[in-house]
Amino acid sequence: MRRMNKNTAEVVIIGGGVTGCSIAYNLAHQGCRDVVILEKSYLASGSTGRCGAGIRQQWGTEMNCILSRESVKLFEEMNDTLNVKRDIEFKQKGYLLLAYSEREMNQFEKNLALQNSLVIPSRRVSMDEIRKIVSYLNLEGVKGATFCPTDGHANPFRVTQAYAGEAVRLGAKIYTETEVLDIKTRGGKIQGVETDRGFISTENVVNAAGGYAFAVSSMAGIKLPVKSERHEILVTEPVEPLLDPMVMSFSYNIYCQQTPEGTFIMGYGPEDAPESFSIRSSRYFLRKMASKVTSLLPVLSNLRVVRQWAGLYNITPDNQPILGEVPGLDGFYLAVGFSGHGFMIAPMVGILMAEMILGKDLSMEHKLDLGRFERGELILEPSVV
Amino acid sequence: MSNIEDKTIICRCEDITLAELRDMIKEGFTTLDEIKRISRLGMGPCRGSNCLEIAAREIARMTGRGLADIKMPTNRPPNSGIKLGVLAGEEDE
Repeated sequence: MRRMNKNTAEVVIIGGGVTGCSIAYNLAHQGCRDVVILEKSYLASGSTGRCGAGIRQQWGTEMNCILSRESVKLFEEMNDTLNVKRDIEFKQKGYLLLAYSEREMNQFEKNLALQNSLVIPSRRVSMDEIRKIVSYLNLEGVKGATFCPTDGHANPFRVTQAYAGEAVRLGAKIYTETEVLDIKTRGGKIQGVETDRGFISTENVVNAAGGYAFAVSSMAGIKLPVKSERHEILVTEPVEPLLDPMVMSFSYNIYCQQTPEGTFIMGYGPEDAPESFSIRSSRYFLRKMASKVTSLLPVLSNLRVVRQWAGLYNITPDNQPILGEVPGLDGFYLAVGFSGHGFMIAPMVGILMAEMILGKDLSMEHKLDLGRFERGELILEPSVV
Repeated sequence: MSNIEDKTIICRCEDITLAELRDMIKEGFTTLDEIKRISRLGMGPCRGSNCLEIAAREIARMTGRGLADIKMPTNRPPNSGIKLGVLAGEEDE
Protein backbone atom coordinates (compact mmCIF):
# COMPACT_ATOMS: atom_id res chain seq x y z
CA MET A 1 0.00 0.00 0.00
CA ARG A 2 1.26 3.47 -0.89
CA ARG A 3 0.88 5.20 2.47
CA MET A 4 0.61 8.98 2.58
CA ASN A 5 3.73 10.68 3.93
CA LYS A 6 1.54 12.78 6.20
CA ASN A 7 -0.61 11.80 9.18
CA THR A 8 -1.82 15.14 10.45
CA ALA A 9 -3.06 18.39 8.90
CA GLU A 10 -4.72 21.65 9.86
CA VAL A 11 -7.39 21.21 7.18
CA VAL A 12 -8.30 18.17 5.07
CA ILE A 13 -10.31 18.82 1.90
CA ILE A 14 -12.18 15.90 0.40
CA GLY A 15 -12.46 16.30 -3.38
CA GLY A 16 -9.89 17.50 -5.92
CA GLY A 17 -12.26 19.37 -8.20
CA VAL A 18 -12.14 23.08 -8.86
CA THR A 19 -13.89 23.85 -5.55
CA GLY A 20 -11.51 21.81 -3.40
CA CYS A 21 -8.45 23.18 -5.19
CA SER A 22 -9.71 26.77 -4.94
CA ILE A 23 -10.31 26.33 -1.19
CA ALA A 24 -6.84 24.81 -0.73
CA TYR A 25 -5.17 27.66 -2.59
CA ASN A 26 -7.10 30.32 -0.69
CA LEU A 27 -6.35 28.71 2.68
CA ALA A 28 -2.63 28.65 1.84
CA HIS A 29 -2.78 32.16 0.42
CA GLN A 30 -4.47 33.39 3.60
CA GLY A 31 -1.74 31.85 5.71
CA CYS A 32 -2.87 28.28 6.47
CA ARG A 33 -0.39 26.15 4.54
CA ASP A 34 -0.91 22.83 6.32
CA VAL A 35 -3.67 21.73 3.96
CA VAL A 36 -4.29 18.34 2.37
CA ILE A 37 -6.54 17.52 -0.59
CA LEU A 38 -7.74 13.92 -0.88
CA GLU A 39 -8.93 12.93 -4.35
CA LYS A 40 -10.23 9.47 -5.18
CA SER A 41 -9.19 9.67 -8.85
CA TYR A 42 -7.26 12.52 -10.54
CA LEU A 43 -7.82 16.29 -10.30
CA ALA A 44 -11.00 17.51 -12.05
CA SER A 45 -12.02 13.91 -12.75
CA GLY A 46 -15.58 14.45 -11.49
CA SER A 47 -18.12 17.20 -12.09
CA THR A 48 -15.51 19.91 -12.78
CA GLY A 49 -13.93 18.16 -15.71
CA ARG A 50 -17.32 17.15 -17.09
CA CYS A 51 -19.00 20.55 -16.97
CA GLY A 52 -20.04 22.87 -19.79
CA ALA A 53 -17.23 25.33 -18.96
CA GLY A 54 -19.54 28.34 -19.07
CA ILE A 55 -19.21 31.40 -16.86
CA ARG A 56 -22.42 33.34 -16.30
CA GLN A 57 -23.51 36.19 -14.05
CA GLN A 58 -27.13 36.32 -15.23
CA TRP A 59 -28.72 34.67 -12.22
CA GLY A 60 -32.01 35.06 -10.44
CA THR A 61 -30.82 35.12 -6.82
CA GLU A 62 -28.65 37.66 -5.03
CA MET A 63 -26.16 35.05 -3.79
CA ASN A 64 -25.59 33.45 -7.21
CA CYS A 65 -25.23 36.92 -8.76
CA ILE A 66 -22.62 38.09 -6.25
CA LEU A 67 -20.64 34.84 -6.22
CA SER A 68 -20.47 34.80 -10.02
CA ARG A 69 -19.76 38.54 -10.38
CA GLU A 70 -16.84 38.33 -7.93
CA SER A 71 -15.60 35.15 -9.58
CA VAL A 72 -15.54 36.81 -13.01
CA LYS A 73 -13.22 39.49 -11.59
CA LEU A 74 -10.96 36.70 -10.30
CA PHE A 75 -11.04 34.80 -13.62
CA GLU A 76 -10.00 38.01 -15.41
CA GLU A 77 -6.75 38.17 -13.43
CA MET A 78 -6.20 34.45 -12.88
CA ASN A 79 -3.37 33.84 -15.36
CA ASP A 80 -1.32 36.35 -13.36
CA THR A 81 -2.50 35.83 -9.79
CA LEU A 82 -1.97 32.06 -9.98
CA ASN A 83 1.25 32.28 -12.04
CA VAL A 84 -0.19 29.78 -14.49
CA LYS A 85 1.99 27.75 -16.77
CA ARG A 86 -0.94 27.06 -19.11
CA ASP A 87 -3.48 29.72 -20.09
CA ILE A 88 -6.89 29.20 -18.47
CA GLU A 89 -8.48 30.14 -21.83
CA PHE A 90 -10.84 32.71 -20.35
CA LYS A 91 -13.15 34.13 -23.00
CA GLN A 92 -15.65 36.94 -22.44
CA LYS A 93 -17.99 37.05 -25.40
CA GLY A 94 -21.16 37.04 -23.34
CA TYR A 95 -24.17 34.84 -22.68
CA LEU A 96 -27.30 35.33 -24.80
CA LEU A 97 -30.34 34.05 -22.89
CA LEU A 98 -33.41 33.45 -25.04
CA ALA A 99 -36.99 33.73 -23.76
CA TYR A 100 -39.78 31.81 -25.52
CA SER A 101 -42.81 33.28 -23.73
CA GLU A 102 -43.94 36.55 -22.18
CA ARG A 103 -43.89 34.84 -18.80
CA GLU A 104 -40.27 33.85 -19.25
CA MET A 105 -39.41 37.37 -20.42
CA ASN A 106 -41.07 38.75 -17.28
CA GLN A 107 -38.83 36.53 -15.17
CA PHE A 108 -35.84 37.78 -17.17
CA GLU A 109 -36.88 41.39 -16.46
CA LYS A 110 -36.94 40.61 -12.72
CA ASN A 111 -33.54 38.94 -12.99
CA LEU A 112 -32.16 41.94 -14.90
CA ALA A 113 -33.35 44.36 -12.22
CA LEU A 114 -31.59 42.27 -9.57
CA GLN A 115 -28.42 41.85 -11.65
CA ASN A 116 -28.22 45.56 -12.51
CA SER A 117 -28.74 46.50 -8.84
CA LEU A 118 -25.63 44.38 -8.17
CA VAL A 119 -23.67 46.12 -10.97
CA ILE A 120 -23.76 43.18 -13.38
CA PRO A 121 -23.77 44.69 -16.90
CA SER A 122 -26.60 42.56 -18.33
CA ARG A 123 -29.32 44.10 -20.50
CA ARG A 124 -32.40 43.29 -22.53
CA VAL A 125 -31.64 43.05 -26.24
CA SER A 126 -34.03 43.67 -29.16
CA MET A 127 -34.64 41.18 -31.96
CA ASP A 128 -32.36 43.29 -34.19
CA GLU A 129 -29.61 43.15 -31.60
CA ILE A 130 -29.99 39.38 -31.29
CA ARG A 131 -29.43 39.16 -35.05
CA LYS A 132 -26.32 41.30 -34.71
CA ILE A 133 -24.94 39.10 -31.94
CA VAL A 134 -25.67 35.78 -33.73
CA SER A 135 -26.76 36.47 -37.33
CA TYR A 136 -27.79 32.89 -38.18
CA LEU A 137 -29.84 32.15 -35.05
CA ASN A 138 -33.30 30.71 -35.76
CA LEU A 139 -35.59 33.21 -34.01
CA GLU A 140 -38.80 31.20 -34.43
CA GLY A 141 -40.74 31.43 -31.18
CA VAL A 142 -38.23 33.74 -29.52
CA LYS A 143 -40.00 36.49 -27.56
CA GLY A 144 -36.94 38.33 -26.29
CA ALA A 145 -33.47 37.94 -24.86
CA THR A 146 -30.97 39.26 -22.38
CA PHE A 147 -27.23 39.58 -22.86
CA CYS A 148 -24.31 40.06 -20.50
CA PRO A 149 -21.08 40.89 -22.36
CA THR A 150 -18.72 39.87 -19.55
CA ASP A 151 -20.06 36.31 -19.25
CA GLY A 152 -18.14 33.61 -21.07
CA HIS A 153 -15.98 30.51 -20.80
CA ALA A 154 -12.83 29.13 -19.18
CA ASN A 155 -11.05 25.78 -19.32
CA PRO A 156 -12.04 23.80 -16.18
CA PHE A 157 -8.99 21.51 -16.23
CA ARG A 158 -6.60 24.41 -16.57
CA VAL A 159 -8.33 26.42 -13.83
CA THR A 160 -8.28 23.45 -11.44
CA GLN A 161 -4.63 22.82 -12.24
CA ALA A 162 -3.83 26.51 -11.74
CA TYR A 163 -5.31 26.46 -8.23
CA ALA A 164 -3.71 23.10 -7.43
CA GLY A 165 -0.29 24.15 -8.71
CA GLU A 166 -0.24 27.37 -6.71
CA ALA A 167 -1.62 25.65 -3.60
CA VAL A 168 1.19 23.10 -3.76
CA ARG A 169 3.82 25.84 -4.27
CA LEU A 170 2.49 27.44 -1.07
CA GLY A 171 2.79 24.20 0.88
CA ALA A 172 -0.47 22.28 0.39
CA LYS A 173 -0.29 18.54 -0.27
CA ILE A 174 -2.47 16.80 -2.83
CA TYR A 175 -3.02 13.05 -2.77
CA THR A 176 -4.73 11.73 -5.91
CA GLU A 177 -5.82 8.09 -6.29
CA THR A 178 -6.65 8.27 -2.59
CA GLU A 179 -10.09 7.23 -1.40
CA VAL A 180 -11.69 8.51 1.78
CA LEU A 181 -13.23 5.62 3.71
CA ASP A 182 -14.47 7.28 6.89
CA ILE A 183 -14.59 10.52 8.84
CA LYS A 184 -13.97 10.10 12.57
CA THR A 185 -15.88 12.36 14.96
CA ARG A 186 -16.14 12.53 18.73
CA GLY A 187 -18.30 14.70 20.95
CA GLY A 188 -19.41 16.99 18.12
CA LYS A 189 -15.87 17.47 16.83
CA ILE A 190 -13.88 16.19 13.87
CA GLN A 191 -10.99 13.87 14.73
CA GLY A 192 -9.63 12.74 11.42
CA VAL A 193 -10.08 11.08 8.06
CA GLU A 194 -9.50 7.41 7.26
CA THR A 195 -8.29 6.70 3.71
CA ASP A 196 -7.09 3.69 1.76
CA ARG A 197 -3.59 5.10 2.23
CA GLY A 198 -3.70 5.70 5.97
CA PHE A 199 -5.25 7.95 8.61
CA ILE A 200 -4.86 11.73 8.85
CA SER A 201 -5.76 13.38 12.12
CA THR A 202 -7.31 16.82 11.74
CA GLU A 203 -9.85 19.10 13.38
CA ASN A 204 -11.15 20.52 10.11
CA VAL A 205 -12.63 18.67 7.16
CA VAL A 206 -14.12 20.24 4.05
CA ASN A 207 -16.63 18.25 2.03
CA ALA A 208 -16.00 19.34 -1.58
CA ALA A 209 -16.98 16.01 -3.08
CA GLY A 210 -19.28 17.28 -5.86
CA GLY A 211 -21.60 14.51 -7.03
CA TYR A 212 -20.63 12.40 -4.03
CA ALA A 213 -21.26 15.05 -1.36
CA PHE A 214 -24.06 13.06 0.27
CA ALA A 215 -21.94 9.94 0.70
CA VAL A 216 -19.04 11.92 2.17
CA SER A 217 -21.25 13.76 4.65
CA SER A 218 -22.89 10.51 5.65
CA MET A 219 -19.46 9.29 6.80
CA ALA A 220 -19.67 12.01 9.45
CA GLY A 221 -23.28 11.14 10.23
CA ILE A 222 -24.70 14.19 8.44
CA LYS A 223 -27.57 13.72 5.97
CA LEU A 224 -27.57 16.52 3.40
CA PRO A 225 -30.60 17.75 1.43
CA VAL A 226 -28.85 17.14 -1.90
CA LYS A 227 -29.35 14.71 -4.75
CA SER A 228 -27.21 13.85 -7.73
CA GLU A 229 -28.50 13.84 -11.26
CA ARG A 230 -26.88 12.82 -14.54
CA HIS A 231 -26.45 15.56 -17.15
CA GLU A 232 -25.12 14.78 -20.62
CA ILE A 233 -23.00 16.88 -22.93
CA LEU A 234 -21.07 16.67 -26.19
CA VAL A 235 -18.23 18.38 -28.05
CA THR A 236 -17.66 18.83 -31.78
CA GLU A 237 -14.59 19.05 -33.96
CA PRO A 238 -12.84 22.46 -33.87
CA VAL A 239 -13.61 25.01 -36.59
CA GLU A 240 -12.85 28.68 -37.18
CA PRO A 241 -14.61 31.21 -34.88
CA LEU A 242 -18.34 31.17 -35.69
CA LEU A 243 -20.18 31.88 -32.46
CA ASP A 244 -19.17 34.52 -29.94
CA PRO A 245 -21.52 34.11 -26.95
CA MET A 246 -22.95 31.16 -25.11
CA VAL A 247 -26.49 30.74 -26.48
CA MET A 248 -28.79 29.47 -23.77
CA SER A 249 -32.46 28.95 -23.10
CA PHE A 250 -34.18 27.48 -20.05
CA SER A 251 -37.53 26.79 -21.72
CA TYR A 252 -36.12 25.52 -25.04
CA ASN A 253 -33.63 23.80 -22.73
CA ILE A 254 -30.23 24.16 -24.33
CA TYR A 255 -26.81 25.69 -23.95
CA CYS A 256 -24.21 25.88 -26.69
CA GLN A 257 -20.90 27.75 -26.83
CA GLN A 258 -17.81 27.72 -29.03
CA THR A 259 -14.61 27.43 -27.02
CA PRO A 260 -11.48 29.47 -27.86
CA GLU A 261 -10.08 26.18 -29.20
CA GLY A 262 -12.84 26.20 -31.86
CA THR A 263 -14.87 23.24 -30.62
CA PHE A 264 -18.55 23.60 -29.69
CA ILE A 265 -19.70 22.34 -26.29
CA MET A 266 -23.43 21.80 -25.85
CA GLY A 267 -25.98 20.17 -23.60
CA TYR A 268 -29.50 20.29 -22.23
CA GLY A 269 -31.06 19.41 -18.89
CA PRO A 270 -32.66 15.97 -18.61
CA GLU A 271 -36.45 15.92 -18.28
CA ASP A 272 -37.60 14.40 -14.97
CA ALA A 273 -34.18 12.92 -14.27
CA PRO A 274 -34.17 10.28 -11.56
CA GLU A 275 -31.63 10.53 -8.76
CA SER A 276 -28.60 8.82 -10.22
CA PHE A 277 -24.87 8.28 -9.99
CA SER A 278 -24.65 7.06 -13.57
CA ILE A 279 -22.15 8.89 -15.75
CA ARG A 280 -22.76 6.83 -18.88
CA SER A 281 -23.77 8.60 -22.05
CA SER A 282 -26.84 7.77 -24.12
CA ARG A 283 -27.70 7.53 -27.79
CA TYR A 284 -30.98 9.29 -26.96
CA PHE A 285 -29.10 12.40 -25.81
CA LEU A 286 -26.97 12.47 -28.95
CA ARG A 287 -30.00 12.49 -31.26
CA LYS A 288 -32.09 14.87 -29.18
CA MET A 289 -29.18 17.29 -28.72
CA ALA A 290 -28.44 17.26 -32.45
CA SER A 291 -32.07 17.92 -33.24
CA LYS A 292 -32.33 20.82 -30.80
CA VAL A 293 -29.11 22.53 -31.81
CA THR A 294 -29.49 22.18 -35.58
CA SER A 295 -32.94 23.71 -35.31
CA LEU A 296 -31.69 26.70 -33.28
CA LEU A 297 -28.30 27.08 -35.02
CA PRO A 298 -28.73 25.43 -38.46
CA VAL A 299 -25.21 26.40 -39.51
CA LEU A 300 -23.87 23.73 -37.13
CA SER A 301 -25.47 20.86 -39.13
CA ASN A 302 -22.21 20.00 -40.89
CA LEU A 303 -20.16 19.91 -37.70
CA ARG A 304 -19.05 16.50 -36.52
CA VAL A 305 -19.55 15.31 -32.96
CA VAL A 306 -16.21 14.12 -31.60
CA ARG A 307 -17.18 12.96 -28.14
CA GLN A 308 -20.07 12.77 -25.69
CA TRP A 309 -19.97 12.19 -21.95
CA ALA A 310 -21.92 12.83 -18.77
CA GLY A 311 -21.40 14.20 -15.28
CA LEU A 312 -23.31 14.75 -12.08
CA TYR A 313 -25.18 17.83 -10.93
CA ASN A 314 -25.41 17.85 -7.14
CA ILE A 315 -28.72 19.62 -6.57
CA THR A 316 -30.17 21.37 -3.52
CA PRO A 317 -33.85 22.23 -2.94
CA ASP A 318 -33.26 25.87 -3.99
CA ASN A 319 -30.57 25.30 -6.68
CA GLN A 320 -28.05 27.26 -4.62
CA PRO A 321 -24.94 25.77 -3.00
CA ILE A 322 -24.53 24.94 0.69
CA LEU A 323 -21.49 26.69 2.16
CA GLY A 324 -20.17 26.72 5.69
CA GLU A 325 -19.79 24.78 8.92
CA VAL A 326 -22.33 22.15 9.93
CA PRO A 327 -24.19 23.22 13.11
CA GLY A 328 -23.40 20.72 15.87
CA LEU A 329 -20.28 19.27 14.25
CA ASP A 330 -17.38 21.66 14.82
CA GLY A 331 -14.83 21.71 12.03
CA PHE A 332 -17.01 20.00 9.40
CA TYR A 333 -17.38 22.39 6.47
CA LEU A 334 -19.56 22.04 3.40
CA ALA A 335 -18.92 23.35 -0.11
CA VAL A 336 -21.53 21.25 -1.87
CA GLY A 337 -24.79 21.28 -3.82
CA PHE A 338 -23.63 23.56 -6.62
CA SER A 339 -26.62 22.52 -8.73
CA GLY A 340 -24.73 22.69 -12.02
CA HIS A 341 -22.84 25.96 -11.55
CA GLY A 342 -19.94 25.13 -9.26
CA PHE A 343 -17.18 25.81 -11.76
CA MET A 344 -18.11 29.40 -12.50
CA ILE A 345 -18.34 30.45 -8.84
CA ALA A 346 -15.41 28.40 -7.50
CA PRO A 347 -12.99 31.36 -7.32
CA MET A 348 -15.18 33.31 -4.87
CA VAL A 349 -16.36 30.18 -3.04
CA GLY A 350 -12.70 29.37 -2.33
CA ILE A 351 -12.08 32.78 -0.76
CA LEU A 352 -15.26 32.66 1.31
CA MET A 353 -14.68 29.11 2.56
CA ALA A 354 -11.07 29.91 3.54
CA GLU A 355 -12.27 32.96 5.47
CA MET A 356 -14.90 30.89 7.29
CA ILE A 357 -12.46 28.11 8.18
CA LEU A 358 -9.86 30.59 9.44
CA GLY A 359 -12.43 32.61 11.38
CA LYS A 360 -11.78 35.81 9.42
CA ASP A 361 -14.19 38.57 8.46
CA LEU A 362 -16.10 37.49 5.35
CA SER A 363 -15.61 39.39 2.06
CA MET A 364 -19.34 39.14 1.36
CA GLU A 365 -22.50 38.65 3.33
CA HIS A 366 -23.44 35.03 3.02
CA LYS A 367 -26.83 33.33 3.35
CA LEU A 368 -26.02 29.89 2.00
CA ASP A 369 -25.53 27.96 5.23
CA LEU A 370 -27.07 24.53 5.81
CA GLY A 371 -29.43 25.99 8.40
CA ARG A 372 -31.49 27.82 5.78
CA PHE A 373 -33.38 24.65 4.91
CA GLU A 374 -34.57 24.18 8.49
CA ARG A 375 -35.40 27.85 8.83
CA GLY A 376 -37.38 27.65 5.60
CA GLU A 377 -35.47 30.56 4.09
CA LEU A 378 -35.36 29.15 0.59
CA ILE A 379 -34.96 31.49 -2.33
CA LEU A 380 -35.32 29.37 -5.45
CA GLU A 381 -32.88 30.04 -8.25
CA PRO A 382 -35.18 30.05 -11.30
CA SER A 383 -32.50 30.07 -14.00
CA VAL A 384 -30.87 26.67 -14.40
CA VAL A 385 -30.47 24.24 -17.30
CA MET B 1 18.38 15.10 -29.46
CA SER B 2 16.25 17.91 -28.02
CA ASN B 3 15.95 19.36 -31.49
CA ILE B 4 14.36 16.19 -32.79
CA GLU B 5 12.03 16.05 -29.79
CA ASP B 6 10.96 19.62 -30.48
CA LYS B 7 10.12 18.82 -34.10
CA THR B 8 8.42 15.48 -33.55
CA ILE B 9 4.65 16.02 -33.49
CA ILE B 10 3.06 13.14 -31.61
CA CYS B 11 -0.52 14.47 -31.52
CA ARG B 12 -1.40 15.83 -34.94
CA CYS B 13 -4.85 17.14 -33.96
CA GLU B 14 -3.42 19.41 -31.27
CA ASP B 15 0.16 19.89 -32.55
CA ILE B 16 1.76 18.47 -29.42
CA THR B 17 5.44 17.63 -29.68
CA LEU B 18 7.40 14.84 -28.04
CA ALA B 19 9.31 17.49 -26.06
CA GLU B 20 6.03 18.91 -24.69
CA LEU B 21 4.85 15.43 -23.73
CA ARG B 22 8.12 14.69 -21.93
CA ASP B 23 7.91 18.02 -20.10
CA MET B 24 4.42 17.18 -18.82
CA ILE B 25 5.57 13.78 -17.58
CA LYS B 26 8.56 15.40 -15.85
CA GLU B 27 6.18 17.92 -14.29
CA GLY B 28 4.34 15.04 -12.63
CA PHE B 29 1.47 14.30 -15.00
CA THR B 30 2.02 10.58 -15.21
CA THR B 31 -1.39 9.32 -16.31
CA LEU B 32 -2.98 9.60 -19.74
CA ASP B 33 -6.14 11.00 -18.16
CA GLU B 34 -4.21 13.94 -16.71
CA ILE B 35 -2.12 14.59 -19.81
CA LYS B 36 -5.21 14.45 -22.00
CA ARG B 37 -7.02 17.05 -19.92
CA ILE B 38 -4.10 19.42 -19.49
CA SER B 39 -2.98 19.40 -23.12
CA ARG B 40 -5.95 18.02 -25.14
CA LEU B 41 -3.72 15.20 -26.36
CA GLY B 42 -6.08 12.57 -27.78
CA MET B 43 -9.13 14.83 -27.63
CA GLY B 44 -9.09 15.89 -31.29
CA PRO B 45 -11.06 14.52 -34.25
CA CYS B 46 -8.75 11.47 -34.59
CA ARG B 47 -9.76 10.51 -31.04
CA GLY B 48 -6.26 9.63 -29.97
CA SER B 49 -5.73 6.88 -32.50
CA ASN B 50 -2.00 7.66 -32.82
CA CYS B 51 -0.94 9.74 -29.87
CA LEU B 52 -2.36 7.79 -26.93
CA GLU B 53 -0.20 4.75 -27.57
CA ILE B 54 2.93 6.85 -28.07
CA ALA B 55 2.16 8.79 -24.87
CA ALA B 56 1.52 5.56 -22.94
CA ARG B 57 4.92 4.22 -24.04
CA GLU B 58 6.65 7.44 -22.99
CA ILE B 59 4.97 7.41 -19.56
CA ALA B 60 5.94 3.76 -19.07
CA ARG B 61 9.53 4.43 -20.12
CA MET B 62 10.00 7.59 -18.06
CA THR B 63 8.32 6.29 -14.89
CA GLY B 64 9.78 2.79 -15.10
CA ARG B 65 6.37 1.16 -15.16
CA GLY B 66 5.19 -1.59 -17.48
CA LEU B 67 3.09 -0.54 -20.48
CA ALA B 68 0.30 -2.77 -19.19
CA ASP B 69 0.12 -0.63 -16.03
CA ILE B 70 -0.64 2.56 -17.99
CA LYS B 71 -4.40 3.02 -17.94
CA MET B 72 -6.02 4.00 -21.23
CA PRO B 73 -8.63 6.81 -20.99
CA THR B 74 -12.31 5.92 -21.28
CA ASN B 75 -13.28 5.49 -24.93
CA ARG B 76 -16.27 7.80 -25.39
CA PRO B 77 -18.91 7.57 -28.10
CA PRO B 78 -19.45 8.13 -30.98
CA ASN B 79 -16.72 5.91 -32.43
CA SER B 80 -16.15 8.25 -35.35
CA GLY B 81 -17.21 11.83 -36.02
CA ILE B 82 -20.88 12.06 -37.02
CA LYS B 83 -22.40 15.26 -38.38
CA LEU B 84 -25.00 16.91 -36.14
CA GLY B 85 -27.31 17.20 -39.16
CA VAL B 86 -27.17 13.44 -39.73
CA LEU B 87 -27.86 12.72 -36.06
CA ALA B 88 -30.76 15.19 -36.08
CA GLY B 89 -32.24 13.39 -39.11
CA GLU B 90 -32.12 10.08 -37.24
CA GLU B 91 -34.47 11.42 -34.62
CA ASP B 92 -37.15 12.14 -37.20
CA GLU B 93 -37.11 8.59 -38.57
